[in-house]
Amino acid sequence: MASVIDLPAIQERRFWRLGALGALLLVVGLGAAYMMEHEGHVITGMNNEIVWGMPHVFAIFLIVAASGVLNVASVGSVFGQAAYKPYARLSGLLSVAMLAGGLMVLMLDLGRPERFVVAATHYNFTSVFAWNVFLYTGMFAIVALYLWTMMEKRLNRYSRSAGVAALIWRFVLTTGTGTIFAFLVARQAYATALLAPLFIVMSLSWGMAVFLLAQAGLNVWRGATVTPEFLRRMRNLLGIFVAVVLYLTVAYHMTNLYFAKQFAFERFILLDGGIYPLLFWFGYVLIGTIAPMLLLWWPGGGARRSVLAAAALVVVGGFAQLYVFVIGGQAFPLDIFPGFEVSSSFRDGQIAAYAPSLPEILLGIGGVAAAFLITLVGVQALDILPRDEDRAADAVAGQ
Amino acid sequence: MKQTVGIVGDYLRNAAMRSDGAASVGTQAVSERRRDVQGKTLSRRSLLAGAAAALAGVMIAPGVRLVEVAQARPQLGAPVTSKVRWGLLIDVNLCSEGCDKCVQACNQENGLGEATRPTDVQWIRKVELKDRNSGRKASAPVMCQHCAEPPCVDVCPTGASFKRADGIVLVDRHTCIGCRYCMMACPYKARSFVHEALTTQKPEVPRGKGCVESCTLCVHKIDRGDGTTACAEACPTKAIVFGDLNDPQSDISRRIAEIQTTQLRADLRLNTGVRYKGL
Repeated sequence: MASVIDLPAIQERRFWRLGALGALLLVVGLGAAYMMEHEGHVITGMNNEIVWGMPHVFAIFLIVAASGVLNVASVGSVFGQAAYKPYARLSGLLSVAMLAGGLMVLMLDLGRPERFVVAATHYNFTSVFAWNVFLYTGMFAIVALYLWTMMEKRLNRYSRSAGVAALIWRFVLTTGTGTIFAFLVARQAYATALLAPLFIVMSLSWGMAVFLLAQAGLNVWRGATVTPEFLRRMRNLLGIFVAVVLYLTVAYHMTNLYFAKQFAFERFILLDGGIYPLLFWFGYVLIGTIAPMLLLWWPGGGARRSVLAAAALVVVGGFAQLYVFVIGGQAFPLDIFPGFEVSSSFRDGQIAAYAPSLPEILLGIGGVAAAFLITLVGVQALDILPRDEDRAADAVAGQ
Repeated sequence: MKQTVGIVGDYLRNAAMRSDGAASVGTQAVSERRRDVQGKTLSRRSLLAGAAAALAGVMIAPGVRLVEVAQARPQLGAPVTSKVRWGLLIDVNLCSEGCDKCVQACNQENGLGEATRPTDVQWIRKVELKDRNSGRKASAPVMCQHCAEPPCVDVCPTGASFKRADGIVLVDRHTCIGCRYCMMACPYKARSFVHEALTTQKPEVPRGKGCVESCTLCVHKIDRGDGTTACAEACPTKAIVFGDLNDPQSDISRRIAEIQTTQLRADLRLNTGVRYKGL
């Protein structure tokens, strides 16, 4: 009988079909990026008021979730929970894949993407973006090292140290992502230190949701299934993370509502801003927070289907939250002349209009496709998935 | 690991020996000799060094004074210094509602096109103001405020957004990668992104697709000695005054010393180079 390690993770034909789909979406995304670079950003919905659009929503989701998806491995290696260890390698691969996808979208959206060499050789260290060049490349290196310690038997004893390093690094990296916005004193939507911890907990929530979905998807393609014990642990973690994100979001809005100068902005985001309150209340609060928590914790619930549905809804809610945060935050006009009504040819005082364009959405999807392809190839080529003996141990641990 | 522990142990042992003076005779003699030799050498060295410094100071000091005076007025072709700080004073009371001569002059001078779409570039715009409480109407041009503490410079990853020594905030089009972080950071919506290919650039105003740009305070005019900006020149009521904020005798400085002026979003403490009277 062939050992389980000899069999391919995913059936050949299925692998090539999935690969073709991923490659198609990636090529379309790259084509969109080429058009944006060639014609200029005038073909997108972004303009001088909404300078960061759909590509940034996708990229920030991918990068933040990439940090959080590593949490499964951290809980295994750093906090010593044996039940998570079999899934640590998949967690690491997903982290690298999503980080690569997110960075690809960001770099291709640049006005001068061919100048990434300039970005790699000219640094202004008061800029979080400059730190991020090191934080992101360092993340790739550390997660690669971490994966190596987990996959090479002779290096297994170093996996805890590598896990600690990865944990610290991803906290710094995600704080860096949050402070991109936190340092913007100009805008009422940002300019708060609360964004640093908010991004950390968002990473944990979205990362866990993505891990659950990826794991489930791979299981379907392998014809495998997940143990009830694993499901119970993941479900509790996801629920807690979703709740903490809600807590910090409430704290952010409640504090803003206390300041008279922030009142107009909060009214815009929460009440009369059109698409933004809609996405916030229905997209993030209802679909992305309350529904998943009900699915996860309703008495008698917690079945595999409910947990996966909850994970999918958390991802949808995450995108909604990011759209409101990134684009809604820019749509509200800057308060340059407090106490005055203003108008100008440069749209001062006006709510900025934005409609996501096809090239932007295709580029974002291209980033997701890149992450998907890296995961697919990694799973097929490397010993990433939980082995049968790992899962047996997991089942025993659960009893 | 063992070796490391051993090395640290040796260090500690040596330190302990020195502190209680129980070093070997040889070591102590050497160190005493070194101190003795150093003592003599230091005193002679210090005398020579002090004398040389005093002599240099006596020789150079008058020259520094002269050079200082000479650099008070900017020289053409000379390196830019922070002795000068260029700025604008805008008298909102003199600014006419509906007039946009400053905008047209800026467009003309810098090769910018007419701005109609949300993706079109504007370096200066006229803002029509109406006080919410009193209904008082006013009109003012707004451009890059050339802050002394520019947030756009802080956030630029490549340092393309920079502040020149004379206070002008500029974008280096060779290094700008078009990330638009500076546009997110600017409190005055001063910056524009070039959303499409350009063909009508002026040779002294480098611009290109994919880079971010803003009012340059007509740096090309200042550097060739024109002594003013296009918008200040074009204003029919002389509402815009250009000058050196660091020179107490300049027109702009004398006015700012006499009348009340404000900075936009002064609570942000950016110390802008553009001041407004009448807001």
